[in-house]
Amino acid sequence: MTQMDVQPSETGTAAPTARTPVIEMRDISITFGSVRALSEVSLRLYPGEVHALMGENGAGKSTLIKALTGVYTIDSGTVLVGGEEHSFSSPAASQAAGISTVYQEVNLVPNLTVAENMLLGREPRRFGAINVRAMNRRARETLTGLGLDIDPASVLGEHPIAIQQLVAIARAVDVEARVLILDEPTSSLDSDEVAKLFEVMRRLREQGVAIVFVSHFLDQIYEISDRMTILRNGRLVEERMVSETSQLELVKLMIGRELEALERLDREPPNTEAEVGTPVLQALGIGRKGSLEATDLELFEGEVIGIAGLLGSGRTELARLLFGADTVDTGELTFRSERRRLRSPRHAIDRKIAFSSEDRKAEGVVGDLTVADNMLLALQASRGWLRPIPQSTRTRLVDEYIQALDIRPADPSALMRNLSGGNQQKVLLARWLITEPEVLILDEPTRGIDIGAKAQIQAKVAELAAEGLSVVFISAELEEVLRLSDRLVVMRDRRKIDERPNYDVSVSDVLEIIAGEARSEQQPEQQEETRA
Amino acid sequence: MSAITFPTSSTWDRVKGYTPPTRFLPVIATLALFVGLFGAGGVRYDGLADPQVLLSLLIDNAFLIVLAVGMTFVILTGGIDLSVGSVVALSTMIAAKTLQMGWSPYLSIAAVLATGTLLGLLMGLLIHYFDIQPFIATLAGLFLARGLTYLISVESISISDETFTQLAFKTVYFGEYYLRWTAIVALITVAIAAYVLARTRFGRTVYAIGGSESSAMLMGLRVAFTKVGVYVISGFCASLAGLLFSLYILSGNSLHAVGMELDAIAAVVIGGTLLTGGRGYVVGSLLGVLVLGIIKTLISFDGTLSSYWIRIITGVLLLAFVVVQRFATRRQS
Repeated sequence: MTQMDVQPSETGTAAPTARTPVIEMRDISITFGSVRALSEVSLRLYPGEVHALMGENGAGKSTLIKALTGVYTIDSGTVLVGGEEHSFSSPAASQAAGISTVYQEVNLVPNLTVAENMLLGREPRRFGAINVRAMNRRARETLTGLGLDIDPASVLGEHPIAIQQLVAIARAVDVEARVLILDEPTSSLDSDEVAKLFEVMRRLREQGVAIVFVSHFLDQIYEISDRMTILRNGRLVEERMVSETSQLELVKLMIGRELEALERLDREPPNTEAEVGTPVLQALGIGRKGSLEATDLELFEGEVIGIAGLLGSGRTELARLLFGADTVDTGELTFRSERRRLRSPRHAIDRKIAFSSEDRKAEGVVGDLTVADNMLLALQASRGWLRPIPQSTRTRLVDEYIQALDIRPADPSALMRNLSGGNQQKVLLARWLITEPEVLILDEPTRGIDIGAKAQIQAKVAELAAEGLSVVFISAELEEVLRLSDRLVVMRDRRKIDERPNYDVSVSDVLEIIAGEARSEQQPEQQEETRA
Repeated sequence: MSAITFPTSSTWDRVKGYTPPTRFLPVIATLALFVGLFGAGGVRYDGLADPQVLLSLLIDNAFLIVLAVGMTFVILTGGIDLSVGSVVALSTMIAAKTLQMGWSPYLSIAAVLATGTLLGLLMGLLIHYFDIQPFIATLAGLFLARGLTYLISVESISISDETFTQLAFKTVYFGEYYLRWTAIVALITVAIAAYVLARTRFGRTVYAIGGSESSAMLMGLRVAFTKVGVYVISGFCASLAGLLFSLYILSGNSLHAVGMELDAIAAVVIGGTLLTGGRGYVVGSLLGVLVLGIIKTLISFDGTLSSYWIRIITGVLLLAFVVVQRFATRRQS
């Protein structure tokens, strides 16, 4: 689908009609090496609208934003600013055209004052010296204009992240921004703080600023946005009015597979006998401020729990809490009725809990070590570095798992970084299996790997569960979660919203659970608001 | 802000109620330490409570103050400059040699300042554009400058130029107390540096880089200019300190100022500047130098303690300050 199919939303409510877009990106393509990150994507921003940019991980949202802010150069396509063609060669050029960006992580300096952070580089001066009084006054005016009561002379680092985020927006606004890009500004804010942010956004919208809003929280999208552009795999899916799109439709557009195809899944009947006796791992109301609301979870022997949810739903956060990679603020984690707080991954490993991280590049693979070393890392760590693994055991274990998982090349001394993503993932799986865990937490074990490797990993997980291993399986691919799991946990907005045995659950059922919950509660009210 | 008017309070009430912002605390702690050491010494040793002892501290440490000022700029950006001690030695040598060769003293001074500034510029360019660790780049500078000193002369050269000796002993009197001209140069350097850091875009960018270099870049600040700039300033200050040192010691010698960069770093840290950058004041560095100076004075007044105690006490103080800073910053974050 291209822009051609999408009719301009002349019926727009809050969105302006028949006006020139302040920014129009037409058929933008960007290629990195041999990878096409964006192909022929278009985006139109009108003054006085909040425009949501939607898509799963890797859909091309941040590439598109970076194309607009001049960080990446565009290979083909045009950018029109106020109807005139422009090309941004640098972030400075983009800023000069009135495009300001506030990133997820606050890009300010914590050691200077709020006023300085807002005005650094364009401070009012008198005889060449910075006029602190005038600077504070101007900062206060801007802050008040946004309805914020922050002391401009206070040091930025003393404020909570939410306030820092608002200061970053205030800085962006002070440059007379025509377009404000907010890239996941809410990911570390609590609901009150989000409300404050939205208030500021509404104020700016009234002033005619075009706001690009990226968030993984669907509720927030529906609360604040007027229109949205949906991307998938670097392509434009559709441009839509938010008020005319149900959450279910949106989720389908984002995940974007034909539902019929998804439902043709051959699945073994779930292992329901598992739910007897005491759970291996039991979480009672575990939560952590800003990442997960209190969640209960029980994992029985030989059971596979599948966790479904969109990016940012709290699925990874839950896994990290279960493993002790992050410490819990509330609740209790019980392992085989041993009540203890997991303070570190080391505690978890000692209790035979293994965790394969979603980010295998940063948190798993040691590229410069061999396959064998990478495999034995966790076992060696749990034995302590003073007790080396005997050479014969090493060879036996490594050979066994290279065969079992069909790792290629089948060479224990190959360097890890020369393996393909799928094979790296298999080595990581082997690393944890070698420690003979009782609980295995897999966060996106099959992301970005080819179908063959995917199937092998899935088969291995199923086989191990049949042998009594308890597995928490997290994946963005719903079909995969449904195929493997005995029980299904659905997450959204950092909490568990549903849990059910995996009987006759189809992908569309899960989508409805994800989308439906908030839709029933909030949709009507949202529509009124957007029309108002 | 509010419309409520408070009953007018006496000045004393306002002084009592004043709590300094936390960012000034390290400097205040250093000031308290200095006053404490000076007071304790004054009680214990006769003659130490004389104001002239204070002024002599400034005179004897003028070069170190200037060195610490330059170092403060660098450390505020999160960098380090190890070359300054060698640049001091090189400066004394260039001054002594050029004067020996019969150059005009003013030309000689210009040559010294130009050399130091140029070395600083070179290191700054290396650090910024080739992305070399400041530690390594300035370590190279340390060896280079020291080596150049030996290249000029292995022997010590004494300075007998009339203008120089006159400058060296030029004195300003305040009643019965006096200050050497060199100390006044040092104090002026501190004042200019404090102004630049507090009131100019360059100065605020120095702090911003120390806070977060990538943020500073994204905020569109002149990161490259500023980062190179601090090493230029440090190089200039080192050569100025070298001039003051040659006026103090009236000779050029390749063995001068060995390890003086470490004294400068110690003074900056004791003065409350965070080694990771972004926090600190030039005035703190001045106080840091004075603290190091008063320790030396106390030990020489005592007479029974060997001079190596100066090193030991400096080490202990440095450690204590770094630990205190660590706690202070941890509490904030």
